Amino acid sequence: MTARERGERRAALGFVAPAVLTLAALTAGPALWVFWLSLRQRLPVFGIDRFTGLAHYAFLATDPRFWSATRVTVVFTVASVALELLLGLGIALALRGQRVGRRSALALLLLAWALPGVVTARLFEWLYHPAAGLVNVVLGLGLNWLGDPCLALPALVLADVWRTMPFVALFCYARLLTIPPALYEAAAVDGAERLATFRFVTLPLLAPVLLVTLLFRTLDALRAFDLMYVLTGGGPAGMTETLTVYAYRSLFQTLRLGFGSAIGVVVFTLVMLVAAAYVMVLHRQEAAA
Amino acid sequence: MRRRPLIVDLAVLACLVLYAVPFLWQLVTSFKPESELLHVPPLLPSRLTLAHYGVVFTRSAMPRALGNSLGVGALTTLLACALGVPAAYALATLRVPAAGALMLGIVASTAFPQIATVSPLYLVMRALGLRDTWAALVLADASFALPFVIWLMTRFMREVPRELSEAAALDGAGRWRTLAAIHLPLTAPGLASVALLAFLFAWNEFLFAFTFTATEASRTVPVALALFPGVFEVPWGDIAAASILASVPPVLIVIGLQRWLVRGLLAGALNE
Repeated sequence: MTARERGERRAALGFVAPAVLTLAALTAGPALWVFWLSLRQRLPVFGIDRFTGLAHYAFLATDPRFWSATRVTVVFTVASVALELLLGLGIALALRGQRVGRRSALALLLLAWALPGVVTARLFEWLYHPAAGLVNVVLGLGLNWLGDPCLALPALVLADVWRTMPFVALFCYARLLTIPPALYEAAAVDGAERLATFRFVTLPLLAPVLLVTLLFRTLDALRAFDLMYVLTGGGPAGMTETLTVYAYRSLFQTLRLGFGSAIGVVVFTLVMLVAAAYVMVLHRQEAAA
Repeated sequence: MRRRPLIVDLAVLACLVLYAVPFLWQLVTSFKPESELLHVPPLLPSRLTLAHYGVVFTRSAMPRALGNSLGVGALTTLLACALGVPAAYALATLRVPAAGALMLGIVASTAFPQIATVSPLYLVMRALGLRDTWAALVLADASFALPFVIWLMTRFMREVPRELSEAAALDGAGRWRTLAAIHLPLTAPGLASVALLAFLFAWNEFLFAFTFTATEASRTVPVALALFPGVFEVPWGDIAAASILASVPPVLIVIGLQRWLVRGLLAGALNE
């Protein structure tokens, strides 16, 4: 290594060190520490802090509440991501040819995405009001959406789809705009029907974006917290209690820091698996490009 | 492609107005007289009232919370950019030791679930005596804002032509000077987008704010809205007014700063 290269490395370290040290303290450190915490019984109220090994995980393995929360998390994630992708793709296709009021269209669309999750929770709490909620009034029903064990999870999914679909739509729309019109002209010359054009021109070009968005959204759905915590609080009867809500309750309502951390570790592991898939896809796409 | 008729464009716009109805309904509710709230239809109020906003401004924690959120959001953005921009500059233009692993770690940490890091951070904040302060929230929010800033700014800075920094070096400019005179001006639009998103994320953040705050001294808007009190019955009109106030920055961003918002969002996941 030449003196010049050594100098550059030293300078580079000076530039990155403050950020890297801050990140180490705020993300990497806590990410490792939570594993250690999950191996301990830590009840600050009683001054208890002792090593228990894998006891929390052993308990979780047979804990019906944990398995119920896992099921809710998976159903919530699969249902809301699937609906978002379908709807988002539809909106993107509808917007592609838009010439009038594009900015207004995007503003109306992105509004739902940009609002705080707590606001979304409050909006839907009011929409689902049994007597005066717009949903019941429009449908002419008298359902207790958030109080009925069968309806609460679908109601929650709907609120999440409303909030996050614009993200999917925006990504698909942006990709659609980059498809050269010549491709469609060629397809038209070949006599391709509308459906065939979509199937053989649009969809293959959109597939990489859809895949990335799918992983991005799965990651977010797995760690979602604010919407369900405020909208349903995990109820009724635990029907909407996700792993994040269960973890939060354990951490800060029953103040079992070790046990709650163990659930946090489970969420962490799930999210990191999806993130790993995301990074692999990005690498493959960069290699292909 | 064939140009589609105007009527289709208008129909799409109408659908999107319908899509915004959950928000618009809350907007209507916030101006509705108390006595008409639970009697729908009719959907529209007989007269408009500012009573709910009056209650929120004079008898709730919202005014204080709005100040806290603005302060925490601005400071988080400032901290993340101050630390993140130089790091991004080095990662994009200099030979940083273990740059690949570092970048992977930075991208990965944007994905860390807050529910997993909240318990260690809680213990840190308690140990440092930072609970219920702005500092706790700024630090906690930096845990997602900073990796986000580094990630996106590295991308933007990579696009600055090498010849420009080489020319600057020939003119005797040091690295900080090159960053300030060449890279910052050329990536300014990108930085604006990134800063905007960092602010928006901090404004919307709930889990950390809910955990690390205890009183009105530091409670942010989402926390105040989640805890909005109702004595005997739920004050739907007041909650609606508070929700609308909590939505002001996001609405302004979506309408007024849309170009920057979209640029930042797309840079996050597309490889174009």
